[in-house]
Amino acid sequence: MSIQSIWLVPALPLIGFLINGLFRNSLSKSLTGIIGSGTILLSFVVSLLIFGQVRQPGFQGEVVTLFDFITVGKLSIPFAFQVDQLSTLFLLIITGVGFLIHLYSTSYMHEEAAPHFARYFAYLNLFVFSMLLLVLGANFIILFIGWEGVGLCSYLLIGYWFKNLDYGNAAKKAFIMNRIGDLGFLIAIFLMIRQFGSVEFGEVFAHASSAKVGVLTAITMLLFVGATGKSAQIPLYTWLPDAMAGPTPVSALIHAATMVTAGIYMIARSHVLYDLTPVTQSVVAVIGLLTALLAATIALKQNDIKKVLAYSTVSQLGYMFLGLGVGAYTGAVFHVMTHAFFKALLFLGAGSVIHAMGGEQDMRRMGGLRKWMPVTNLTFLVGCVAIAGIPPFSGFFSKDEILAAAYAKNPVYYGVGLFTALLTAFYMFRLYATTFSGGFRGTQDQEHHLHESPSAITIPLIVLAILATVAGFLGIPEAIAPDAHVLGKYLAPVIGGEAHGGVEVSKGTELGLMALAAVLALVVSVWAWVRFKSRPDLAEPTGFGKVLANKWYVDELYNAVIVKPLDLLAQLLVFIEKNIIDGIVNGVGRLVQYGSRQLRLLQSGQVGGYVLLMVVGILVLFLVELFVKK
Amino acid sequence: MPINYYIFLAVALFCIGVAGVLTRRNAIIIFMCIELMLNAVNLLLVAFSKMHYHALSATAPHAGIDGQLFVFFIMVVAAAEVSVGLAVIVMMYRNTHSIDVNFLNRLKH
Amino acid sequence: MIPVLLIVIPLVTGLVGFLIKNEGNARGWSLLSSIVTLIVALWGLSLAKTSPLLAANVEWLPDLGSRFAVGLDGLSKILVLLTAVCFPLIFIATWRDQYKKAWNFYALMLLSQAGLIGVFVATDALLFYFFWELALIPVYFLCSQWGGERRIQATFKFFIYTFVGSLLMLVGIIWLYWQTADHSFSMESFYALRTKLSGADQTWVFWLLFVAFAIKMPIWPLHTWQPETYEQSPTATTMVLSAIMVKMGLFGVIRWLVPVVPVGSWAWGDTVSGACIIGMVYASLVAIKQDDLKRLIAYSSIAHVGLMCLAIFATTESGLQGVMIQLFNHGINILGMWIVVDLIERQFGTRKISELGGLAQKAPALAILLVVVALANVALPLTNAFVGEFLLFSGVFTSTATQYSVVFTVVAALTIILGAVYTLNMIQRVFYGNTNSLTEKGVDIKMNEKLVLGAIVVLIIVIGVYPKPVLAMTKETTDFLLSKMNYKL
Repeated sequence: MSIQSIWLVPALPLIGFLINGLFRNSLSKSLTGIIGSGTILLSFVVSLLIFGQVRQPGFQGEVVTLFDFITVGKLSIPFAFQVDQLSTLFLLIITGVGFLIHLYSTSYMHEEAAPHFARYFAYLNLFVFSMLLLVLGANFIILFIGWEGVGLCSYLLIGYWFKNLDYGNAAKKAFIMNRIGDLGFLIAIFLMIRQFGSVEFGEVFAHASSAKVGVLTAITMLLFVGATGKSAQIPLYTWLPDAMAGPTPVSALIHAATMVTAGIYMIARSHVLYDLTPVTQSVVAVIGLLTALLAATIALKQNDIKKVLAYSTVSQLGYMFLGLGVGAYTGAVFHVMTHAFFKALLFLGAGSVIHAMGGEQDMRRMGGLRKWMPVTNLTFLVGCVAIAGIPPFSGFFSKDEILAAAYAKNPVYYGVGLFTALLTAFYMFRLYATTFSGGFRGTQDQEHHLHESPSAITIPLIVLAILATVAGFLGIPEAIAPDAHVLGKYLAPVIGGEAHGGVEVSKGTELGLMALAAVLALVVSVWAWVRFKSRPDLAEPTGFGKVLANKWYVDELYNAVIVKPLDLLAQLLVFIEKNIIDGIVNGVGRLVQYGSRQLRLLQSGQVGGYVLLMVVGILVLFLVELFVKK
Repeated sequence: MPINYYIFLAVALFCIGVAGVLTRRNAIIIFMCIELMLNAVNLLLVAFSKMHYHALSATAPHAGIDGQLFVFFIMVVAAAEVSVGLAVIVMMYRNTHSIDVNFLNRLKH
Repeated sequence: MIPVLLIVIPLVTGLVGFLIKNEGNARGWSLLSSIVTLIVALWGLSLAKTSPLLAANVEWLPDLGSRFAVGLDGLSKILVLLTAVCFPLIFIATWRDQYKKAWNFYALMLLSQAGLIGVFVATDALLFYFFWELALIPVYFLCSQWGGERRIQATFKFFIYTFVGSLLMLVGIIWLYWQTADHSFSMESFYALRTKLSGADQTWVFWLLFVAFAIKMPIWPLHTWQPETYEQSPTATTMVLSAIMVKMGLFGVIRWLVPVVPVGSWAWGDTVSGACIIGMVYASLVAIKQDDLKRLIAYSSIAHVGLMCLAIFATTESGLQGVMIQLFNHGINILGMWIVVDLIERQFGTRKISELGGLAQKAPALAILLVVVALANVALPLTNAFVGEFLLFSGVFTSTATQYSVVFTVVAALTIILGAVYTLNMIQRVFYGNTNSLTEKGVDIKMNEKLVLGAIVVLIIVIGVYPKPVLAMTKETTDFLLSKMNYKL
């Protein structure tokens, strides 16, 4: 298949969206499902064919221009797609995982009425379309179109059950927080226009080195502000846990596997700029690390199964930013890929559990589910092991690559990163043990209904579990086997070789670090499992635990510092509008009325008065004539 | 006789007229005061006309004649005004049994 | 020829409309008239720009040096197109609204249309002023006869505001007329003034004209007539006011102000831009607190128009191109919003957000169409407003007319966030959640309304994805005007 037909990849989901959206009242549910998933599957196939070409050695990125989008003066923005190793890798992840999640959704959402079912698939297809635009765009504007598009779909899907106003609020929060980030992104684009006169990747990156570092730092920092919004980093991360209001497959697709990694994609894509600005790199690394740590501590005390996964997503995204910050772009992208597999797996597994529990999400009322749900149990375990970083599962390799690069840059990064990894292992096995081990703690009614999910749900689980197990072998580090980093070699034309950022660690140190991380992760995992298997954490948290359970009160802080004052300001302005600005206008009117009321008194009706005035007037005119000098 | 004397006399008559109009409330006296003012003006016109005639008749045989014409105009207009005005006063007396102008403030309403 | 037709058709049909005396016929008559106007307008757009049909210039008031000179350039085209597209849509969308003595209502609407088109095509300053008043006067009657409860106060305020503005403008025009070399009102003579007038003269005459335009747009703090008038006017009139009439102000600035007195505009550019930005943030914040749908949209319009005015004074190519395309986009989008408000008000008898809720269950088609229009209102990519706002912001950012371009852009761009806040709030509180006793009996929209909103949505998406034809249409005029605007002493 020729590279030129790349437009098919986003076009197919768009067609799916249009059919499902326009004919939602007349399509049957099975037809909706077939159209919804089928278009994504076709898109995946096309992506695979294109991947087949791109992976040929010596393939250089190609830009496929569809049409002129905006041309004003010297600024020309074509609607063009960038086909290279990085974008095709993301194409595969998006369409592949996307297809599995669509398939899963056909069963998971089956209780919805047909029009709503079609609405769901329409949104989902629109999301895939936007996400594909995001990764395919050959300039920052197309990237931005996809960027806002996925934000919109996220909004629509979080608020999918629109009768519930809390869900609506969560959706709104997500959209607005994303918009704050988008503002940064947009200003970065304007800066690029001013600096380079272009927004095309090729142009911008080619001329980057000739720009002043100050300008570049501003651009990269603003882009990173955009990334913190979309990829849920400090300070804009609080929307992601709330976004769990959406249907679980949505959480898996958008809020774990694809959309939230857009920030990582964007920074990896513009790594040329970041390489030139060490200040921004440090900021990215520190923010990533802090987010990873903060989210991991919060996850320790959450009891909602989806919330734990949500905070773990925030934390893993922080890892990826750490990787980007220390220059391990391949590592970050690698972690995006493995994370897409195991986190989608975990979310879908959680969905399967929630489905079986009849909508219950509180882990404290679960327990011992492995008896009823063997497939879900096993696949979920694979996911937990993978995220905990236990070899040879995929999470180990990608996380290790980032940690090794972090060590090379600054051992403190490594220390905090490792600690966070151990926290991850701890809370994941707390989650696993509380949910699947021990005895059942729900109601009898729930127990009665417990069942393994149908095959449309379990097949994606199994496929993802296999991927989560083996994906790590794409990136075996040099230290273990030379020349075995398939992914690194594949991405090299776009991202450059292994950029560990200056200092390379010796093979021995790297192996040692790896072994340390693996052993500690294993120990912590087993400890957590054993501890929570028999004594699940049911009591209300107290002391520091309470602070963690309440998410460090960050939401409350934002409310008090931003939302409330803004609200007050708006109220004040309404007051000013009514009383001062409009008051002045009405005051002018009132003044005129008052003045005329006073003047009316002169009109007494007494002829004598009039004559007197007349005489006085004549006299004044005389005097003026006589005494005023010309 | 110098022109100044005529002017002073006319101004004096005019001011008496004005003062009368302003201070008196009897409509007939007000009328008479108005007549006084008109006549003050007439006096001036005639005086100036004569003055111009003496000064300019050598070159312009009709010098000053327009002033005298104005006087006749004013007398005719004044006569007409007086006849209308007296008729109004008569009507007013019939309606209000008074010729005090301060009663006449209906314009206000 | 074509501009004359475009004025004459609504003018004559409007005058005839007074005589129809039958509600149904009057409605059909006005719709027919507006469709004919649309067809003529499209014909005009399809012609090559050198076509002699696009201009007309005949004797009008020779003693005064004023001619009946009209012409269609890029700027006129886009606004005439907007007017011609909006009127049929307005008539169809408000087909079911009831008016007393409807024939008068429709006739006045058509007269107003004639005035609007006249304003946009006039190339003679006196003619421009004449049509300016012709467009406004019917609105006074429309608002005071068919408006809401407090219509008299609202009309009075509107009248005083616009009339003061108009008079100042007239003074300005006459003063400029005396300064022209050939004592003429023609556009060429006016444009030639920019090299002739001293900087000081340009600086004060700038305000005479700008106040009139600023009131019409409106720019903070001259905006207080707007929410009240929008709220009290009959919805069809509000649509005309906000979709087309506010463009008169922007049009005036682009055509009759900045190119004529560029030095004055440079001198006051930062002041005006500051007012625009304050107005944008201010209106967005006030909009968050509004409970009446009409007032909410009115304030959001103030914010959007402020941005356009800001971009005019940036005098950059992308900014001005953005203004041109956004003139059209804003008209279409806000028309969509008004149609939704009208539908809601007609069905439930209220516009209070707090009394509504859960409409998405009862009227899914309306909800979907509204969401698309609302997203265009917050300038989401692939909607028309994104193209416009992107160009506007980048124009302001890259401006060399002011040293504060970065600050201006950043503060103004805050409205992107605030816009999302009030728009989403509105969607959520009106459409999401559960129904209440009032909205329980709601029904979905009818065919004609679906058609109109559908047409608007199609326009939104098409221009959003492929804005090139619109940009191409206005490119030449933009370059021409910029060459005039960028004059320095």
